[in-house]
Formats: sequence, structure tokens, C-alpha cells
Amino acid sequence: MTVQVLHPGLLTTIQDLGRFGSQQYGVIASGAMDPYSLRIANLLVGNEQGEGALEVTLMGTSLAFQQDRLIAITGGDLRATIDGERAPMWRPIVVREGSVLTFDYAVHGCRAYVAFAGGIDIPKVMGSKSTYMRAGIGGFNGRALQKGDIFHCGEMGARSQSLVCELKDPLSWSVNYHTLLNVEQTQTIRVLKGTEFDRFEKKSQQALFTESYTLTTNSDRMGSRLEGAALSLREEFELLSEGVTYGTIQVPPNGQPIILMADRQTTGGYPKIGQVMTADLPSLAQLRPGGAIQFKEVSLEEAEKAFIRNERIIQEIKMAIQLVTS
Amino acid sequence: MFLVAVVGMKMHHTQVTIKPLGDSALMVQLGDGIDPLIHKQVKALSTLLHEHPFEGFVESVPAYNNVTVHYNPYIVYLSQFGAEGITPFQKVSAFINELVQRMGETQSIEDRIITIPVYYGGEFGPDLDYVAAYHDLSTDEVIRIHTENEYLVYMLGFAPGFPFMGGMNESIATPRRETPRLSIAPGSVGIAGKQTGVYPLETPGGWQIIGRTPKKLFLPHLSPPTLLQSGDNIKFVPISLEEYRTIEEEME
Repeated sequence: MTVQVLHPGLLTTIQDLGRFGSQQYGVIASGAMDPYSLRIANLLVGNEQGEGALEVTLMGTSLAFQQDRLIAITGGDLRATIDGERAPMWRPIVVREGSVLTFDYAVHGCRAYVAFAGGIDIPKVMGSKSTYMRAGIGGFNGRALQKGDIFHCGEMGARSQSLVCELKDPLSWSVNYHTLLNVEQTQTIRVLKGTEFDRFEKKSQQALFTESYTLTTNSDRMGSRLEGAALSLREEFELLSEGVTYGTIQVPPNGQPIILMADRQTTGGYPKIGQVMTADLPSLAQLRPGGAIQFKEVSLEEAEKAFIRNERIIQEIKMAIQLVTS
Repeated sequence: MFLVAVVGMKMHHTQVTIKPLGDSALMVQLGDGIDPLIHKQVKALSTLLHEHPFEGFVESVPAYNNVTVHYNPYIVYLSQFGAEGITPFQKVSAFINELVQRMGETQSIEDRIITIPVYYGGEFGPDLDYVAAYHDLSTDEVIRIHTENEYLVYMLGFAPGFPFMGGMNESIATPRRETPRLSIAPGSVGIAGKQTGVYPLETPGGWQIIGRTPKKLFLPHLSPPTLLQSGDNIKFVPISLEEYRTIEEEME
């Protein structure tokens, strides 16, 4: 089963849940910007949650299917159509041989995920199918998809087969993602105090949680660059490079915060004023440039609870899908 | 107070503290500043963690004086280790605190010495003349000083396989270029302030480039994927252009 890229769009890459275990070597984690959507897309077609899928950014991607295939589209609403008809999201669908799947432009959220039953047949590099563009490894030849690329899907497993059978009856369900993901352009993002929070001026500490910040067009898979009240240190100090993670909020000398995203470097040397809690990262990844962020302080315990709660929701979704096909 | 749990203990006169880096990672601080002795502890803890990972452990990243430990709080929450009724962060902190107590037991880890052959100057080291002139030295003297010391790799970061090294003789410390180059070839050896480093990938950069190694620093299809690792000692060795070409062919 093969898929041909008619139009690559702005940025379409193959991603899974990331390349872990090699950050000690300076190899970035990569992976889906919105891992919840990627995991659910995979579950909806009978794959393992961490299988490779397409991450489609903002607009313009068009794919031709050379055989029938069970797929699922999740994440942001990029007005996906199949041969001109609106394609339903958050549920399994069968795309017929010769059909064309097109993403128009984002109306809600920023990134859509397309999972293919059987997964995408590319080799793992350092344990992952995620694309590491700067090093030119992983994904499709280490780069974003281009016009004319052809990729192959893997063999469909038993669970995918039974999902195809299920689709012979009109499907009356889709996954309710609203408890996991916010795709609006104004978002409240919950943040823990960072390791250098106390090094910032009182005024800046307050501004972080009271002022609104705007996501700038300079944002990408490496970092969400924000614009708003400048944040300043009480006094200059030397910080050695050290580990950072997804959601770390760094403040460079110009005072405008940068939230480190999926393609962040493994280490950083700017002071860390805050840390976005993991459960809110998928929503943050769905914000388009121009969107507004209001940070809200959260305790570590609350952040852990939200993490666990969302894992349970995904577990329930997984069981519900299994129930349908059993 | 953001130090939810401060695990205090005296060890070689250093206070060990554990602080959260969000809900899925924490930092084990083993001292301050750049010090080879503190880094030995960084290396010892990293080794212990890899030999005795806890359930939910994802990976650890060593730095100059601390280790960042990434974990999955849901798996930690579900796992049986640790006391009942405590949070994932508290569970992992307690586990690491126990490891820290055992750090003294680890046999001293064999330090590797890695030789990096470098062709200095010419088109591979366009800033060698500048560095020499800046310090009123001959280019041969710069090469002698750069190859004289052993360098300790404290950590890898910035790019895959890029070493943050200590130990350069300050008599060749040189400020960065005023205008960064748009592209620096992989293998380029440079100086920026008191630091020296080797570029694994083609990148833009402002370092003073004094030479190039034919060795590959990033080897994505090998395990580990990098020539250098945290804790390695490095020795630069000057080579001729002929030797450079020979090694380059061997690398292919």
C-alpha cells in the first residue's frame, strides 16, 4: 500500500512519540508536537499508540492513495477533504484507491495527524521514526515530505482488519477529545515555577502570570517564541548549559520568553522562569501564530494529577475502541 | 518555594539537591561550577542510573554539575517501588537519594582517552592566522598550545555529538568572530572565548575555526551514536593533509 505526495504543504513530517535515550549524546527528542492526537489517531486505526504518523502543519498538504487504506485524522481541524468531501475527524475512515486526501487550511488548531493502519513502513533510527531535519535522519529520508514522494504503509494487523469490518455499518461514533485538547486561539496554559524563577525581578514574576503573551510567527517545532511583557533578572548571573525539556520556558537577554517544543536542543543555557505542565503541551502545540496565551500557576502535584488523569482518559479511549471491534 | 523536596546530604563537602524540572523530569544538583571532581560524581550517578533504572525511567542527561532525569510520572505512579501515598516526584527523588548514597560504592569508572587528528590552518582552519596574530604567536605555537593539553568532555549538547569541553590553555582564548559564518563544515575545530570545540554537523556559527578533523563525531547508525561521550578525555593531534585524506577515506 503506497501513498503519493501531490503537495507537501507548509511542513509535513513523519513523527512518532520521539527519540528517547539519546539526549545524553546531544540527539534531540523530536516526536509529535501534540502527542495526544498522534496516539489517538493510531489507536483509531488499530496501531500501537507510538507508531509513526504524519504531522501536517497549517495547510496545503495533498496525498493520493494508490490502494484502499484505513486511516484516522486527529489534532487541529485543517479542513481535510477526500475527493472534495469533508473528511470526518477523530474516527476511523477508509480511503479508497485513487482517492485524494487534501488539507485546506487550519480553522481550529495548527497541526493535524494522519495515522495509517499498519503504520508507515520506514526504518527506525535510534529507536524512532521521527524526522530529525537538522541532522537529516529519521522520518522520510531525514526531511519533510516533498512533492512526488512515495511512502509505504505496513501490513494491517488483526485489530485494523476488524475496524475495517466495523466500518461496513454506518459509524455513529467519534472520539470526544475536548477533555484532552483545546484547539482555540486563546488559551490558558498551566505553568510550574522554573528552576530560576526566584532569580527574576518581582515585577517579572508577577507579569508571567498576569500578562497575556502572543505566539509569534517565528515559532516552529523547536520553540514557541512569545511576545509580551519583557521579563528581567534581578541581576545578571552565569548559568552553565544544562538539561531542558519539552515545555521549558527560557528567557533570553531580550526578555521575551521562548517555550521549548518537540525539536528543542537537549540542553540550554538561558534562565528557566517556568515549565509548562505536560498535560497542556498538546493544546499549546495547537495554537497558531497570533494566538494568545495566559499562563496560570500550577503546583507540581496538580500537574502530576492532570498528567495521570489524561493518561487514564487515553486508556479509556483505547478500551472503548477495543470494545467496538471485539 | 519551588524546591518541593530538598534531599540534603554531605558528600565530598557538596550538598546534593533534587529539584523538579516540570512534572516529568528532575535535576540532581551535585555541586557548583566547572570542576572535574564534581563531574566524576555526575558520571557516577549517570552510570548507576543506567545500571539500576527505576520503573518509568526514560533517560538521563549529564551536564557540568548536575544530571537531568526524565521519567514518565504515570508509570512511576502505577509502579510498586517506593512508599505508598507519595507523589511520582517524591518517589523518584527517594529512589535517586538512595542511589546517591551508594555512589561511593561504584568502582571508579575507567576514563577513556580519545585522540582527534586535526589538520590545522589552510582552507580547513581559516582563522588560525587571526588567532595567532591576536596573541602575537606563530601559528605553530597556537597548534602546539592547542594540542598540548588533555580536554575533559563535560557534556554533549547544542548538536548531536557536540562536546562541551574544559581545559583549554587561556593563552589562546579568542573572542568569537564579529560576523558569524553562515556555514561551518562538519569536523571544524574552533575556539570561542575560553572554550574549544568540534562541530559534528554543518551549522552556522561564530567560532574561530583553526582546523578540521576527518573523524566523524555523529554516527547515527551506531550505538552509541557519537564518537565522544560525557567524561571522555580528548587529545588533539596535528596531522598532514595526506594523513587527513587517508583517514577521510577510511571513514567512508
